[in-house]
Amino acid sequence: MTRVLLIEDDPAVRRGVTLGLRRGGHETEAVATGEDGLESLAPFAPDIVLLDLMLPGMSGLEVCRRIRETGEVPIVILSARGDDIDVVVGLEAGADDYIVKPASTEVIEARMRAVLRRVAPAQPAAGEGPVVHGGLEIDASAVRVRKNGAELSLAPSELKLLLFLSASPGRTFSRRQLLEEVWEHSYYGDARLVDACVKRLRAKIEDDQRAPRYVQTVRGFGYRFGPL
Amino acid sequence: MTSAAKSAVKSAVTSAVKSAAQAAGSAVKGVRAPRRLLPRGLRARLVVAFLLAAALSALAAASLTFRQARAAILDRARDDAVHDLRSQVGSLAPDLPAEPGRADLRALALQLDRAGGSRGWRAAAAYRGGEPVSATGTGPVVPERLRAVAGPSRTAVVQRFHHGGVPWLAVGLPVTRADRPGEPSGLVVYASFSLAGQERDVAALVAAARAGALPVVLLAVVPALFAARRVLRPVRRLRSAAEDMAAGALDTRIRVTGDDELADLGRTFNTMAATLQADAERLRTMEARARRFAADVSHELRTPLAAMTAVTGVLDEDAASGRLEPETAEALELVADETHKLVRMVEDLMEISRFDAGAAVLEPDDVDVGELVGKTLALRHWQGRVGADVPAGLRARLDPRRVDVVLANLIGNALRHGGPSVPVDVRARAEGGRLVVTVTDGGPGIPADVLPHVFDRFTKGDAARTRSEGSGLGLAIAAENARLHGGTLTAANAPGGGAVFTLTLPLDPA
Repeated sequence: MTRVLLIEDDPAVRRGVTLGLRRGGHETEAVATGEDGLESLAPFAPDIVLLDLMLPGMSGLEVCRRIRETGEVPIVILSARGDDIDVVVGLEAGADDYIVKPASTEVIEARMRAVLRRVAPAQPAAGEGPVVHGGLEIDASAVRVRKNGAELSLAPSELKLLLFLSASPGRTFSRRQLLEEVWEHSYYGDARLVDACVKRLRAKIEDDQRAPRYVQTVRGFGYRFGPL
Repeated sequence: MTSAAKSAVKSAVTSAVKSAAQAAGSAVKGVRAPRRLLPRGLRARLVVAFLLAAALSALAAASLTFRQARAAILDRARDDAVHDLRSQVGSLAPDLPAEPGRADLRALALQLDRAGGSRGWRAAAAYRGGEPVSATGTGPVVPERLRAVAGPSRTAVVQRFHHGGVPWLAVGLPVTRADRPGEPSGLVVYASFSLAGQERDVAALVAAARAGALPVVLLAVVPALFAARRVLRPVRRLRSAAEDMAAGALDTRIRVTGDDELADLGRTFNTMAATLQADAERLRTMEARARRFAADVSHELRTPLAAMTAVTGVLDEDAASGRLEPETAEALELVADETHKLVRMVEDLMEISRFDAGAAVLEPDDVDVGELVGKTLALRHWQGRVGADVPAGLRARLDPRRVDVVLANLIGNALRHGGPSVPVDVRARAEGGRLVVTVTDGGPGIPADVLPHVFDRFTKGDAARTRSEGSGLGLAIAAENARLHGGTLTAANAPGGGAVFTLTLPLDPA
């Protein structure tokens, strides 16, 4: 059972999604505005937030930023295809994934499950204790990352991506592979999801974002961790 | 106005203008073809006509002048000769005896020969029809006819004749007595001389006329070119304006000056252009409105569909639970299934609207083509039904989602139309910097009347059978996706039967 906070302004969609999720056994709170959503964040303490970007009043983007300021609760954007630019901006603002509307409850549940999994399914089993890569100390079993001794606040997708890449240092993964392995999307998913997440991750772990050491770009192929 | 609509209208108008231009061109050719010897361009024709006119007038003027001058020269030579001869004879005749003998006549001829001086005539004298007597043995050349005429005449008689290839003039002068002027004395004096000098003068005249006419004719080229330029300038302007219109610039207008026929033509052209432009504009507006309407409708449909889609799972679950009336369960199933179909159709409509609005964006990625094809098949559980032939390591830079849409459409179509047991094959190759993917099936192929419209919207190969299968936009979307990549998608029938769709994409669009 998952506690879901749904922020969606259209009453029919709100009712439909709530109905479907409750049927699936998820405790769901549905609000119509971003302001209401932020307000119920603390008392409801959701496991995941489903966020429509097109909101009256405070924009979904702003809501996304505010949620990220306070914590690492997973955020999934509910978007309609065609609002592609919003999706990218939303992802860069800290969302972990997105769902294209109209989506059946099965699709929404599958996406939620994937986001809530703490490590990627295909990730090699982590050894005991933290592994040190330069200034980074990655503890896969405790799901914790420290940089120069200070614990980093990473969103779920950022953490998963870093754990997955650092589990095979020096190995290059294509954006398609990362989509499938880390996000559990189909091969044809939107690779900007990966790019946006890499951008956010670099902002947190790299000393110089323009010359990244940890998450490196392999032009024409994808990304790899290191070599340092 | 969407760019696709624009280009559609533009191409329609362009082809109309082009075909009109071609019709006009062929009409001109039809006239021109049998007269290949004439120069082809208007400028050349005008210049040649000008030159002909100039040459003709120069020739006429020269020949008229020549005739006049020649007559004047010869008449003068004749008159001078007659006058000289008469005055010489007038001063010498009184010294002759009344009945002159041969010796007298010879002396007269001798004196006349001497007086002939510069003209160099040879003289002879005859008395009462006798033989003319000259100073030396060989007398002047006097034609028989002149002698016949001069005898009975009372005035001087002249004759021009040719002797030894040279024009000569002979003068016969009957001499009258001073005391009896009315009565011929029977004495006739003859003189003849060569007209070679005068002939030379005439020849010089001809040469002068020729020398004058040629430069005049050549000089006529200058005004001819000038006139041709003036006439042809509006024609050239018209032509370039028509070409601009054919290229799609419907706002082309000509600056019309003057009031002649070409100016009229220019005004007519401008009117035509304005009408065409207004028509094209109206068409565009209508098409844009229709397309925007489709986009708006599908957008509006999406929100309620999102709500419905979210609960289809609930419907399916309850319908399968066995707790409901069978009819209610069937109704729920129907609603759930058709909701999914409606979603697909609206998605397709929105997708095509994005292409129309020029809002479709390519998201290229470097991918392994074999992997991509494999994923397309695996995602839809087609691996067992479709053969894939892709060389290992074939990589391309393309938008995987869009190529998946194209492949899924083509393969889905092949599976639907070919029947359940028909083989479907996907084959990919790199050929000359391009990725060529073919999807073939062993089905009945595409009917000849459907083939040209296979990528049109809402064209279905077999309306009755496929009504429930797709939105009718699948192949149109596939073709748009290929175009967005800078590639092509074509349909054909294989020689051995079955449809062949060929997708050609640049290996690297950058």
